[in-house]
Amino acid sequence: MERLHYDIPSQGPARRRDPVLVGVTASGNCEVLIEAADTPDACRVSVNTSALGFGAIWQAVLGDFGRRHTAGGLAIEINDVGATPAVVSLRLDQAIEVWEEEHA
Amino acid sequence: MPRKSFYEASARERVLALLDADSFHEFVPPSERATSPHLRELDQPVAFDDGLIAGAGTLTGRAVLVAAQEGAFLGGAVGEVHGAKLVGLLRRAIVERPAAVLILFDSGGVRLHEANAGLVAVSEILRAICAARAEGVRIVGLIGGAAGCFGGTGLIARCCDAIVMSEEGRLAMSGPEVIETVHGVEEFDARDRALVWRVTGGKHRYLLGEADRLVDDDIAAFRSAAIELLDGPSGLDLDDVEREHAMLAARWQAYADCEDAPEIWRRLGIETPDEIAMMDAAEFVATADLARRPA
Amino acid sequence: MTRDELLTAFFGDGFRPTHSDDHCFTGRARIGDETVTVIGTANRAEVGVDLCLRMAASVLECVRERPREAIVFFLDTQGQRLRRRDELLGLNGYMAHLAKCCEVARGRDHPLLSVVYGEAVSGGYLTTGMMADACYAVRDAEIKVMNLPAMARITKVPLERLEDLANRSPVFSPGADNYLAMGHLRAIWNDDHGARLAAALAELRAERPEVDTRMDDGLARGGRRLAASIASKVATHE
Repeated sequence: MERLHYDIPSQGPARRRDPVLVGVTASGNCEVLIEAADTPDACRVSVNTSALGFGAIWQAVLGDFGRRHTAGGLAIEINDVGATPAVVSLRLDQAIEVWEEEHA
Repeated sequence: MPRKSFYEASARERVLALLDADSFHEFVPPSERATSPHLRELDQPVAFDDGLIAGAGTLTGRAVLVAAQEGAFLGGAVGEVHGAKLVGLLRRAIVERPAAVLILFDSGGVRLHEANAGLVAVSEILRAICAARAEGVRIVGLIGGAAGCFGGTGLIARCCDAIVMSEEGRLAMSGPEVIETVHGVEEFDARDRALVWRVTGGKHRYLLGEADRLVDDDIAAFRSAAIELLDGPSGLDLDDVEREHAMLAARWQAYADCEDAPEIWRRLGIETPDEIAMMDAAEFVATADLARRPA
Repeated sequence: MTRDELLTAFFGDGFRPTHSDDHCFTGRARIGDETVTVIGTANRAEVGVDLCLRMAASVLECVRERPREAIVFFLDTQGQRLRRRDELLGLNGYMAHLAKCCEVARGRDHPLLSVVYGEAVSGGYLTTGMMADACYAVRDAEIKVMNLPAMARITKVPLERLEDLANRSPVFSPGADNYLAMGHLRAIWNDDHGARLAAALAELRAERPEVDTRMDDGLARGGRRLAASIASKVATHE
């Protein structure tokens, strides 16, 4: 397993609410947990992945996510089992969409 | 109403769609990171909820406790934390007296990565289910996921008061692959999907009396069946097991010489066993109910 | 230990069989000043549909005929029978039935004890010995889910890794000692078998355990550090 950490610049602060989880720790998939944190200008991301050596790709995918969303002030942790960048992006988008929903 | 496949959904999606909207509240949620120390020790990926979601909600406004296994995470297999969450939920049920405990099974059994802890956990779940039932708590199992309900989980399921299965669901002790590995393809061709479903699938289990409801692969259908099953006898006493013993002994007498399901179905009075596989749930249940022997 | 050595070690010549075949024996025996029902498997018995029915019938007979009599299981089993015919009939249902019969016995104040003397594997042990109030093993008995090479094949974790960890953790490698550390076994018996069984039974008579305490024992012995607290959190979480 590889553990990676990133501070992704992002517009903030995002709203505060209860943690959100999407996805599943399964082959070709990942689970994404979003929680409120206390660095309003950045999104702190921790990645636990079984696919080694993809640091640069994570940087790119997460950087893109940070630009497209208001994710400042959020902490994200990901359990990944070799999901493609497309699947990771999808999960991140799904998670932030739930985060921004009206209820809760 | 568009169908939402139970089989395709994640455990979390199933729970949210099964219960009344916005009613679900999770115990020891993912943010608490109750992950498996044993998987970490083996440098394996973990799940924030260790593959078992436990919580409370309502079904048509009535309080229920719910547990759901995530079949995609290590085959839904039971480890120390996963098992402990389920035991805790069953103990809670004795205190809270919900209308029922709903358990969405999707598991191959004991998690090999935590073997001994998993086996003891399954044993504790068996005891906890029986203890809850003895206190009058009603326990309903739902089976319809990709991992099926095998091994220790197959035992746990058959300790529930009632079981709902879809055709896609499988319920048995050993997986066909294990049987084939040990005794050869003649004994059980694990790649013969039709055979696997005839022997372990929802329709056969319903006909045999091992499952109480057979529904379409649709979360709404599982919900309706669960609602129906909220009311029913609860408790586990000598009369119950004597009755079950007589039923199981009779079943063995009646079918011990059968090699495959259609022969059993024929003896049950199903005139065209070959058509069973193609029937949808409604047609199947109508046909089956004329013949089956409920447990 | 063979079946005959076992019966002699525990009962001298005091075991009265009601049924005995290659893989199963039932009967009654004296322990201290009590008579107990004995239900046993032998010669690495495969637990199939028929064996489940036979054992369940013995439990039910005891419950019906002899109020509060203790039931002692002796286990030597290779696990569930791996045959299509048993699966077709619903083997998991037969095994669960046996577990439920034990539970009904427990609820009606029959002390349940179990002793592993050969091996006890997975499903074959779950619905028999593991349903007891108090579980024991004799020295040299084996308890396991699966052997390590098979586990390595299925989990795809290298065997050397598993073997290394097996030395440091009681969590997954075969062995009665590990089940002691997990909180499952109360003790492993080296000798004085008859006396130890009598003492175990007396302990159960004196204080019937209401609740399954194996998680707490696992915590106390260090074999399972999380189960008790997680179960407690779920049970009482707001």
